[in-house]
Amino acid sequence: MTSHTLILDEVRLALGGRTLMEIDAVIGPGEVLTVMGPSGAGKSTLLAMIAGFLDPAFEARGRVWLGAREITALPAETRGIGLLFQDPLLFPHLTVAGNLRFGMPRGVKHRTACIEQALDEVGLAGFGPRDPATLSGGQQARIALLRLLLSEPAAALLDEPFSRLDRQLRHEVRQLVFDRLRRAGLPSLLVTHDHEDAENAGGPVITLG
Amino acid sequence: MLQYRPARLTTALTCVSLGLLGLASATPLAASPNLDDWQAVREQARGQTVYWNAWGGDTRTNGYIAWVAERMAEDHGVEVVHVKLDDTSTAVSRVIAEKAANNLGDGSIDLIWLNGENFAAMREHELLYGPFTEALPNFALTRPTDNPEVITDFTLPTEGFESPWGKAQITFYYDSHELRGDSDELRGDSQEVENPPGSIEALLDWSRANPGRFSYPRIPDFTGSTFLKQALIALADDRQPLYAPVEESDFATITAPLWDYLDALHPHLWRGGRQFPNSGPELRSLMGAGELSLAFTFYPSEPAAAVADFELPASTRSYVLNDGTLGNVHFVAIPFNSPNKAGALVLADFLLSPEAQAHKQDLAVWGDRTVLDVAHLDDATRRRFTIDADSPAMLPPEALSRTLPEPHPSWMTALQEAWQARYVAQ
Amino acid sequence: MLLRLMPTVVLALLAGPILAGVAMVLLPAFGHLPALGGETFSLAPWRELLDQPGLARSVSISLASGLITTALSLAAVLLFLAAAADTRLDRWLHRAVSPLLALPHAAAAFGLAFLVAPSGLLARLFSPGLTGWERPPDLLIVQDPWGLGLMAGLVIKEIPFLMLMSLAALPQLDAPRRVALARSLGYRPTIAWLKGVAPALYPLIRLPVYAVIAFASSVVDVAMILGPTLPPTLAVSILEWFHDPDLEKRFLASAGAVLQLGVTLTALLVWWGLECLARRLGRGWVVNGRRRGGEHWLSLTGRGFLVITTLTAGLGLGGLALYSVAGFWRFPETLPTTLTLGHWQTALPLLGGPVTNTLIIAASATLLAMLLTLATLESEQRSGRRIAGLSLLYLPLIVPQIAFLFGLVVLMETLGIRARLALVILAHLLFVLPYTFLSMAESYRCFDPRWTRLALTLGHSPNAIFWRVRLPMLLASLLTAAAVGMAVSIGQYLPTLLLGAGRIATVTTEAVSLASGGNRRVIGVWALVQAALPLLGFIIAMGLPRLLWSNRRGMQGAP
Repeated sequence: MTSHTLILDEVRLALGGRTLMEIDAVIGPGEVLTVMGPSGAGKSTLLAMIAGFLDPAFEARGRVWLGAREITALPAETRGIGLLFQDPLLFPHLTVAGNLRFGMPRGVKHRTACIEQALDEVGLAGFGPRDPATLSGGQQARIALLRLLLSEPAAALLDEPFSRLDRQLRHEVRQLVFDRLRRAGLPSLLVTHDHEDAENAGGPVITLG
Repeated sequence: MLQYRPARLTTALTCVSLGLLGLASATPLAASPNLDDWQAVREQARGQTVYWNAWGGDTRTNGYIAWVAERMAEDHGVEVVHVKLDDTSTAVSRVIAEKAANNLGDGSIDLIWLNGENFAAMREHELLYGPFTEALPNFALTRPTDNPEVITDFTLPTEGFESPWGKAQITFYYDSHELRGDSDELRGDSQEVENPPGSIEALLDWSRANPGRFSYPRIPDFTGSTFLKQALIALADDRQPLYAPVEESDFATITAPLWDYLDALHPHLWRGGRQFPNSGPELRSLMGAGELSLAFTFYPSEPAAAVADFELPASTRSYVLNDGTLGNVHFVAIPFNSPNKAGALVLADFLLSPEAQAHKQDLAVWGDRTVLDVAHLDDATRRRFTIDADSPAMLPPEALSRTLPEPHPSWMTALQEAWQARYVAQ
Repeated sequence: MLLRLMPTVVLALLAGPILAGVAMVLLPAFGHLPALGGETFSLAPWRELLDQPGLARSVSISLASGLITTALSLAAVLLFLAAAADTRLDRWLHRAVSPLLALPHAAAAFGLAFLVAPSGLLARLFSPGLTGWERPPDLLIVQDPWGLGLMAGLVIKEIPFLMLMSLAALPQLDAPRRVALARSLGYRPTIAWLKGVAPALYPLIRLPVYAVIAFASSVVDVAMILGPTLPPTLAVSILEWFHDPDLEKRFLASAGAVLQLGVTLTALLVWWGLECLARRLGRGWVVNGRRRGGEHWLSLTGRGFLVITTLTAGLGLGGLALYSVAGFWRFPETLPTTLTLGHWQTALPLLGGPVTNTLIIAASATLLAMLLTLATLESEQRSGRRIAGLSLLYLPLIVPQIAFLFGLVVLMETLGIRARLALVILAHLLFVLPYTFLSMAESYRCFDPRWTRLALTLGHSPNAIFWRVRLPMLLASLLTAAAVGMAVSIGQYLPTLLLGAGRIATVTTEAVSLASGGNRRVIGVWALVQAALPLLGFIIAMGLPRLLWSNRRGMQGAP
């Protein structure tokens, strides 16, 4: 998919009539918008709403656009929104390559070559046949990022993806993630409560609560 | 007026479901065989499959039935399937369910092995086909006029609704080795006389002398109930009322000696009479385990068969009480809705053939006694029925002549209820 | 679309026959059964029932065995899990769970009886040397009037069941982390587990616990072998009334069956009350701050219980094996005087048909049950709501078999359905489905939703996710559930006999009819055969994931 702008058009989330958050934002290609705030401020709910699996208990208003395409009511799998979680969540029953292949769209040719090259680029050449459970935390995080990128999303959501990494590693992985997202030209939305994350992202910051 | 009529409701529901399922529930009424033309019955039977529901708790009986199935296929082109039951009443239930569902011609049971109460109940509720026995060519070999037991089941005339198959009689058995007080060193050579109790009264004395070494199956088990009847016959002042329905006599007075007897006996029984074995076969099991020294069975050949199967010691001996013991005949009957009546008839007839009866009586096969009047068979056939007295555990054939007839079935029910009221939850 | 209808289909499939069957037992309980001449409604069957000698005692024993069996089994499982460490003994006990579960109830009961009876293996081992017994002592051990033997026999079988259910639910709780946290606060490990994990585990195994209560309060076969006799438990009495040649007793039996339903429901209600009480008292205990005390005793109890039940079952099985090759075996000889293969030689030629039938029925019923279970759970996942009325699924576990099977036969006969094999498979499905559902539901519902979300954001449809993520990741619990289902199906006696019109012989129908002959050697042979088939299922269920995921560390250690 080609890069687009992610538009949050007067989005408002409420639970039981109480407003959790309101946001109105435009995220350009390659731009990272950081949403900060304490736990319970509705950060994760926002991501769920954009990605398409909001718990029906919440009431959501407003619309989400990817460029000229409105995705507010689309099923999650057709939205083209990629997601990075706190944990790398590599499928334990698949190999490293299997995990990457799982994310790739159907039409892609030369899958094996693509995977080899992608692994090579992050310094994990030859890791394809490995069992993901045998990888270190940093290696797993990098595979998770590659999986997201190879699935060719139109935008990326990052749910505190670095919070589980130790300090040294966090810095390294953070650089890689932002660098690659920017290179791919993806509009990205990062939720975190780590100020360093926000600084490193280099984009606009919205603080909730 | 609105009335709740469940039968209607069921019918209505059925019609609706049938409509939905698009099924036709026509249960074809299989043409009843013409009993006057046996040749036609045989032809009709050819190709039929007969489902014979019979208790399956004994490997020898099962083996015999398998042999019957083989012979039926060879000689008559009838396939016989033994449906093995843990209890005959399961088959009775099935027939009731089919009748309740208005299945009048396509039942799942073609032949049942039964007698006594089960027969009385099925007959009373019109669940049996018949009369048919007179039509069986081999039935004449039982010479019913001279042997009324083959047409009488617990005092009830069978009226041709069940065909005799074999004979049972209460037989006591014990380990002679043990009763002589043989120690292992003597290897069974002691000169002491074995003296198993020869009467119901002697049994009480014997139990006093050998506490915990005898018991009878818990009522309502039928072997246990038979013990009650046996004791009642021995103890009652007048036996005559036992052969008429229980309602016609003073139950309390007639049975009073029985309860006195049991009250005296129970403390000396196995487990002090606070617990009873579950069934006749369990008695045998307890004998084999050495928990009992004296037991009884309805099947005279059972002790010998059990010795052959390593269940009982070779020193097992059988006997009947001096005044005789209760005996009865077991039968086969055809449910009213059997779709393979011709096949069932041919099978019932084959079971009465000298070949099948002699094979059944062979101790190596089953050892169940014949219902044929052997004395009137021709010499060659008669020789096939000679009882092989090789096994010392086997009862001598003449012992079984002292057979007491079964009381009216209503006595069994009444005794069971009275026993339970007296001894359960004391 | 189809998927959304699944829960309704499942409920109709299960509840329909049972409610119809129950209706068919309610009518005769109130005197209506035209086939036996009962044309009008009356309370006569109930009056007769209340007049039965020892009824109160039957009912109390049924109630007590339901509650006490469950309490003991649950306590043993919780205490064992609390104290379990990675020792060789504990690993061995873990591994023993499945084979024990595969052992049919009746086989376990026979095994126990052969072991502890006055003429049993134990008495033989120590006689006459230690005991001086030349003859079996006249002691009331099995079939005692208090039902202790019955409860012991049930505990042997229910511990493995609750253990398996707990092991299936535990991975969702992240127990090691909870224990580590509590230990860091100064709690001893056993106490840490009991206070930090057990309260969270119990809600996950509540339904299996209820199933145990229902089963233990209405069981027939185990009660016939080990239960009291004067009077027997209510369920056994009902069976005797149903079997009585006097057909008038069918009305009494039907009333009894309705009473049994009430007894089982009462047991469940009492347990529920105790649960509330325990929750109230337990809350205080959890936060009372005591970090140690009695943990040694607690862990010993848990382990002791498990070791004893496992050994008992093992020895009992050994006893069955010994009997199956025994020649004559006089008391007090520890081993049979002669050994023979005769009993096996008689049985082997008869095995082919019944084994094939058993496998066909068990495989079909289990496959159907797994499909329905998965479809229902998947539909629940996608709609995001718990489906109301799903607890009806457990109806077959609560309503005594004997109560509704007769009615079911009448219904099927009325409908004129003659497809015996299909009917038997459907009848088995009634009993298999609740167990596969019990075994699967927790792991399915607690499956981390992030996997699904992740796969969705990678562009996969819900169907693809079901096949490519959920199924493979839940393979181990899926196979375990299937093995449990197979074991349940293989053990069914009455449904096979009644709905198959006796024409479909399985290993169990053969075993039960032969057992009625009381020949211990024959019982030994058939009990072993009956135990071997489900064991095979469990071996496959445990082995296959290990084989498939041999180089996937993340897939190890799943239940």
